[in-house]
Amino acid sequence: MPETATRPEELVRISYDPPPGDWRGSPVEFRKGTFCHAAGAKSVRYLELPNPRDWQPTDQDWKLPPNWKEIILAGMKERLERFRSFRLFMDICVRCGACADKCHFYLGSADPKNMPVLRAELIRSVYRRYFTTAGKVFRSLAGARDLTEDVLKEWFYYFYQCTECRRCSVFCPFGIDTAEITMMVRELLNLVGVNTNWVLEPAANCYRTGNHLGIQPHGFKDSIDFAVDDLEDLTGVRVEAPINRKGAEILFVVPSADYFATPHYYTLLGYLALFHEIGLDYTFSAYASEGGNFGLFSSHEMMKRLNAKIYAEAKRLGVKWVLGGECGHMWRVIHQYMDTLNGPADFLEEPVSPVTGTRFENARSTKMVHICEFTADLIHAHKLKLDSRRNDHWTVTYHDSCNPARAMGLLEEPRYILRRVANRFHEMPENTIREQTFCCGSGAGLGSDENIEMRLRGGLPRANAVKYVRDKYGVNLLTCICAIDKATLPTALAYWAPGVEVGGVHELVGNALVMKGEKERTTDLRGQPLGQGAEAIHA
Amino acid sequence: MPNYTSHGRVYEVDEDGFLQDPSLWNEEVAKDFMATEGIGDLSQDHWKVIRYIRDYYLQFGIAPMVRKVCKQTGFSLKEIYNLFPSGPAKGACKLAGLPKPTGCV
Repeated sequence: MPETATRPEELVRISYDPPPGDWRGSPVEFRKGTFCHAAGAKSVRYLELPNPRDWQPTDQDWKLPPNWKEIILAGMKERLERFRSFRLFMDICVRCGACADKCHFYLGSADPKNMPVLRAELIRSVYRRYFTTAGKVFRSLAGARDLTEDVLKEWFYYFYQCTECRRCSVFCPFGIDTAEITMMVRELLNLVGVNTNWVLEPAANCYRTGNHLGIQPHGFKDSIDFAVDDLEDLTGVRVEAPINRKGAEILFVVPSADYFATPHYYTLLGYLALFHEIGLDYTFSAYASEGGNFGLFSSHEMMKRLNAKIYAEAKRLGVKWVLGGECGHMWRVIHQYMDTLNGPADFLEEPVSPVTGTRFENARSTKMVHICEFTADLIHAHKLKLDSRRNDHWTVTYHDSCNPARAMGLLEEPRYILRRVANRFHEMPENTIREQTFCCGSGAGLGSDENIEMRLRGGLPRANAVKYVRDKYGVNLLTCICAIDKATLPTALAYWAPGVEVGGVHELVGNALVMKGEKERTTDLRGQPLGQGAEAIHA
Repeated sequence: MPNYTSHGRVYEVDEDGFLQDPSLWNEEVAKDFMATEGIGDLSQDHWKVIRYIRDYYLQFGIAPMVRKVCKQTGFSLKEIYNLFPSGPAKGACKLAGLPKPTGCV
């Protein structure tokens, strides 16, 4: 776990009194723990992005191109013409403040520039100055301000303190999608080489090997083979996990952390067990070996480049449709962009479950189905034999991962599954789940160690709701369906709500799934002995 | 690019203190870097993990899966965290001279 010297009771001591002075005239102070490292020149170069160099946000001189201001303003002009939503969001806000206290970063830091309305105002003020008549004429009286290096630094600081989770947008009476504003500003910053390593290094790896971790095909195979052996040790059942198998019916795409990190890995075991049990005709791809898309966190072009491999591999392998695993922001890209970025995927078929015959009409255009939709349908059709007592050592709650919840409306399916694979399930308070779910605080490329203070601050509202169900019901497992959640919530919970572990929905499916020919299960997929109640785990 | 100096040896490292060029690694590097991970002395258990990760890296160009490190070395995840306080993907990788894993990890 990344270290922070500050104790929770100190970190939570924050004042909501606004700082004195005009917000427009106070340059950012880059305080350790509250920002990400700059992108290394190597990754910038690899992705053929502008201005590769050695620099850090704490440097006085950011080594911007001499004409950086012209580049940014030309980039703004181009995007205002290209994206009608961008211009609309710049014009339409009435500063009602409905969003102000909906942001986890504002709640956890009390920094007024983390109120979504004011964060957006950081660029809106520049928009007014250069792109509206009132702003050009009346300047600050019309809420306009000049674009300066200090403003650019402020953009970098605060638009990398937004996780693009879109909770604020739920409450905006105009439906302003603040994540899209953040995306625009990050695109603009990329034009002058202002970007972070935690976003661009995974993107560069992805461009090279297909996944964020830079795992090559032989490494991918080694990991999947290990999981197959491990699952056999745990269940006594030998499964097949085909890779790059041409002619398979379904291509299965997961986040790379599922076959690298813990606790993600137990979810991978769950998938493997499930697919074996239903005899699914599927294949992994060693190239489409990443669902995640850190391109979403830098620019539309990068998102398109990284996403292209999914359809390309589906075509090369000749599958009928695509199934996707427990990945968060991948689903925003798939649900809202893939079809027009890299489609139409007219060489694929409308997805139909080979087990139940269910037609996934919602995936008619993308041809890609979420694993929770797929599994919920299997359970609904009574195709799985489940022994939910095997999860009795867990008292479970569910964290709606932002993107599957708010970007694709996947709210019921995970709950439907969880209530059937686990006996003890408790919801967190209703204003912290479903559409109103609180972000983990580390999404959109903010999950780096050096950003730990902001991550913990941003994770506070979510963790606080977890603490509530921990204390009230004895919850000891937070389930979620996003790899960033699985990577970063253990840190946030160990800090704010110790005693609660993090796991995936399909990890619990794998625990409960009764497999033909299995040996008597004495452990769960983590190798922990079964039959211990939640109380025993806490003791 | 920052430098890290130990026992008179100067290493080029990244912002997280990981060795910039993994091919420059030898056992001396692990000893020189242990202080940055709050490790006072490298025991046989430490070396078992470091050597496993290093060998895997040479073969596959990447750190092994966390679960694989545990199973192959026989240490539980908790024991690995006891050995390397920042964990297998960070502290252990740093001492084995690997780049820091990135992405949803």
